[in-house]
Amino acid sequence: MDGHLLEVKGLSITFTQYERGLRRVSLPVIRDLGVTVDRGEMVAVIGSSGSGKSLLAHAVMGILPYNASAEGEIRYQGEILTEKRKKALRGRELVLVPQSVSYLDPLMRVGEQVKNGRKGRKWEEACRRVLGSYGLGPETESLYPFQLSGGMTRRVLISTAVMENPRLVIADEPTPGLHPEAAKRVLGHFREMTEAGAGVLLITHDLNLALQTADRVVVLYAGTAVEETDSRAFCREETLYHPYTRALYRAMPEHGFKSEPGSQPYVKELPSGCPYRPRCAMAGPECAGPVPLRKTDRGWVRCVRKEGEA
Amino acid sequence: MRMTNRRRTMAVWMILTVLLLVLVTAAGWHFREAASLTDFSRKNLAPCPAYPFGTDFMGRDMFLRTLAGLSSSIRLGVITAAVSAVIAFFMGLAAAVLGRTADAVIGGLIDLIMGIPHILLLILISYACGKGFWGVTIGISLTHWTSLARLIRGEVLQLKESTYVKIASRLGHGKLKTAFAHMTPHLLPQFVTGLVLMFPHAILHEASVTFLGFGLPPEEPAVGIILSASMKCLVMGKWCQALFPGLLLAGAVLLFHFLGQGLLLLWDPENAHR
Amino acid sequence: MENAKWIGMQLLRMAVLLAAVTVTVFVLLSLSPIDPLTTNVGQTALGSMSGEQVERLKEYWGVGTPAAARFLGWARDFLRGDMGISLLYRRPVAQVIGERFFNSVWLMIWAWLLSGFMGFGLGILAGRKRGGTADRLVTGYCLLTASTPAFWIAMVLLMIFAVWLKWLPIGLAVPIGTAADEVGLGDRIYHMILPALALSLTGISSVALHTREKLAAVMESDYVLFARARGESERSILVRHGLKNIALPAMTLQFASVSEIFGGSVLVEQVFSYPGLGQAAVTAGLGSDVPLLMGITVITAAVVFGGNTAANILYGLIDPRMRKGRKKG
Repeated sequence: MDGHLLEVKGLSITFTQYERGLRRVSLPVIRDLGVTVDRGEMVAVIGSSGSGKSLLAHAVMGILPYNASAEGEIRYQGEILTEKRKKALRGRELVLVPQSVSYLDPLMRVGEQVKNGRKGRKWEEACRRVLGSYGLGPETESLYPFQLSGGMTRRVLISTAVMENPRLVIADEPTPGLHPEAAKRVLGHFREMTEAGAGVLLITHDLNLALQTADRVVVLYAGTAVEETDSRAFCREETLYHPYTRALYRAMPEHGFKSEPGSQPYVKELPSGCPYRPRCAMAGPECAGPVPLRKTDRGWVRCVRKEGEA
Repeated sequence: MRMTNRRRTMAVWMILTVLLLVLVTAAGWHFREAASLTDFSRKNLAPCPAYPFGTDFMGRDMFLRTLAGLSSSIRLGVITAAVSAVIAFFMGLAAAVLGRTADAVIGGLIDLIMGIPHILLLILISYACGKGFWGVTIGISLTHWTSLARLIRGEVLQLKESTYVKIASRLGHGKLKTAFAHMTPHLLPQFVTGLVLMFPHAILHEASVTFLGFGLPPEEPAVGIILSASMKCLVMGKWCQALFPGLLLAGAVLLFHFLGQGLLLLWDPENAHR
Repeated sequence: MENAKWIGMQLLRMAVLLAAVTVTVFVLLSLSPIDPLTTNVGQTALGSMSGEQVERLKEYWGVGTPAAARFLGWARDFLRGDMGISLLYRRPVAQVIGERFFNSVWLMIWAWLLSGFMGFGLGILAGRKRGGTADRLVTGYCLLTASTPAFWIAMVLLMIFAVWLKWLPIGLAVPIGTAADEVGLGDRIYHMILPALALSLTGISSVALHTREKLAAVMESDYVLFARARGESERSILVRHGLKNIALPAMTLQFASVSEIFGGSVLVEQVFSYPGLGQAAVTAGLGSDVPLLMGITVITAAVVFGGNTAANILYGLIDPRMRKGRKKG
C-alpha cells in the first residue's frame, strides 16, 4: 500500500457534439486536471454549475458516455486504474453518490434500490440500519423515488454508498436544492465517512460549503484547474495565489460580496494560455503562452506571476 | 484520429434522394399518355428488354404504367401530406393557445379520428365524397394530421413558458398574433419533419384505398389499381405484375422515410451529439 | 374509492366518444352522393321498372327519408339491439356482424399476440445496444415493412406459400363446399395461418420500434448510469431496470394498436378473401349497404375504444406514479 488513495494526473475530458446543422465541435470540458485524495481526507473540486464537472466523477468510475473521451492518468492505491479494475472496484470500494433523484429507478422501491438486489436478513438489517442512521424510518423502504423530498433523496443516495463500506467516495453535487442547514448536514455525513477512514472527492459549485468541510480544494476555471490549496488558505487573501481564487475570496459573503465584471467563457471560446486572462487585472502578454504549474507552500497554482506580485 | 463528418455525408445523400424522387415524378408525368396506350398486338407479354415488367391483357406497357402510377402516388402524397400538415399546424396551435375549451374540443376530435380504424375511416370519407380522386384526396388530407397536431401542441405549450413569449403577450399582442410571430420560426423544423414523415403514410394509404376500390378510378394508371388487377393473375402463377410494382412503391416510400429520418437527425436537439 | 371513480370517468369518456363516432359516421354516410339504386339495381333495370316498383325499392334503400329522422330511428333500434337489415346480404346486420366478427376475432387475436410478443422481443434486442448489428437488422426490417403496403405483403406471402410452394390454402376461412359448422379446428387454423402471418408481420414494426426507443432511452438514463456505477452487470441492468420500465408503455401501445390491426385486417382479408368483418366492410362500402357499414364501424370503434380504455386503466392501476398521484390529487 503506497501512494495516494486516488491520484489523477493531467486528466482532460472532451465532449463531441453537433451544433445546429452540419458542424461538429469538440468541447474540452476539463483540461489538464490534477487532484489527489488520501485516506481519511476530503478534497473538493470547485467549478461553476453546468460546466461538466460531473464527467470527472464519471471518468474515475469508468462510466463516461460514448461521446466523451478522457486522456490522462488515474491511479488508485498507486496502481493505474484500468477499465478492468474500475469494473471490478466500482460499487464496492469505489462508490459514487450522484446528484439527483433521476439517478434512482422510478419504478423501484427505495429499500430494493439501497439493497441493490441483494436478498436475505443480513442485507435487510443493514439497509434498515443505514437508513435509520440518517433519520429515515423503515417506512422509507417502501416508498418510490417520486415520493421522496429533496433532503430524503440525498440521504437515500448517501445510504446506497454507505451500504458498501467504500474506500473512496465520489460525491457529485450533493447539495443543490437544499436549504443551508440541510446541505451542511449532508456534508457532515460525508465528513463522517472520512472519519471512518474513507477518502471523499467532493465535486461541487458551492465554495462556502466546501470550505466548511473539505480539507483541501481544487479550483476550476472554465474547465482548467487553476489552483490547489488548503481550505484554511481561504482565511486570508494573501495565502491564495491565483487571481481567480482571490476573486472568489472577495466574492464570499463574509468578505464583502465583491463580484468581478465579466463571466466565465464558454468552453468553446477559450482564449489561448490562461483562460482567466481576459478578466485578470494583472494579465500581461506572457499570459497568452503556455502557463506552467508552480508549487506553492500549500499546493500548486497555474499562473505566471510569482506569489503576491502585482 | 480522423472521423468523417457523418452529417455532411447524410445531407449529400438526402439531396440525391430528392433529385431521384423528382426525376421519377417527372418521368411518370411525361409518360402518362404512353402508359395508357393499348395495343392488342402485344398483350400479356412476359418481361423482356423492351417491356421490363411485361404487358397486361390490353397490351399496356406495365413498366410505364407503374412509373405513371408511382408519379401520381407521389404527387397525391405531396398534396395530401401538405394539406394535412397545415391542418395539423393550425389545430396544434389552436389547442395550445386558445384556451381550455378549444384544447378539449380538438383533443376530442383527435381521439374520435383515432378511434375509427384508419382504413375504415378512409373508406367512409371516400364514400361520403362519392369515391374517386376527391374521395381519396379528401380522406387522406382529413385523417393524417392528428399525431403532428399533438406534437405541435406540446411544442407550443413549452414555448409559451419561455420568457420572450410571455413578454410579447404582456405587451398586448393578441394570442394568435403572438403565436404566429414568435413561435412559427421555432416550430418550422418540427413542421417540415412531420410533413416529410407523413408522405409514406399518405402514399401507402392512397395505394391501399385504391386497391380496395374506393380510390382512383380503374382506368387510371395507379399502383393500387395495378396490384388489384394483378390479384386475378396471381392465382394462376403470374407473379411479375404483382411483384415489381409493389417493390417500386416500397422503394419510393423508403426514400421518403430516409428523408424524414435524416431531417429528424439534423434538426432534433436530442440528437445533438450523434 | 378513488380508483372506482376514476375508472368510471374513463368509461364515461369512452361512451361519449362512441356516441360521437356514431353521429360522425352517420353524417358521412348520408353525405354521400352515391345513389344506392343505380349501384345495386343498375341503370337499365331501373329504366324497365314501373314507377311503383321504383318507389318500393327507394323505400327499401332509404332514399328520400330525412337524415335526422333516419338516424333517430337507427339509434332507437340500435339501443334495443337491432342494427337493421343488411341490404346486400338480406339478413339482420347483427347476424352478419356476429358471424364475421367471430372469424375476424380469431385472426386478429393471433396476429395481436404474435406481433406483440415478437415486436417486444425484437425491440429489446435492438434497443439493448443502439447501433449494433441486431439493432440495424431490426430497424431495417421495421423500416421495410413500414414502407410496404400491408396488402402487398399479404400478396407476396400468398405468392410464395400458396401459389408457388402450395403449402397453404389460397384463401377463405374454411374449405370450399363445407358448411361452416362442420369445420374442425384444424381446418380453421390451417386457413388462418397466412392471413394471421401477414397481419403480424406488418404489426411488429410499431411495437418493436417503440420498445427499442424506450429501452434505448432507459439505457441512457441517469439511473442506469448509476446502476453501472454500482457495479451491476449489463445483464442485470436489463432485467432489473430495463424490462420493468419498458413493459408498461409497450403494453399500453399494444392495447392501443387494436385499431391498426383492424385496419390491416381489412386489407389482408380482402387479399385472402377471408370472410371477416373487414371484407364485409369493403363489400358494404362498394355496394352502398349503409346499415351494414354503419354497424361494422360502430362495433369496431367500440372494440378500439375498449382497447384504449383498457390500456389507460391498466396504466393507471399499475404505475405507482399514477396510482399515488391520483390519491393526492
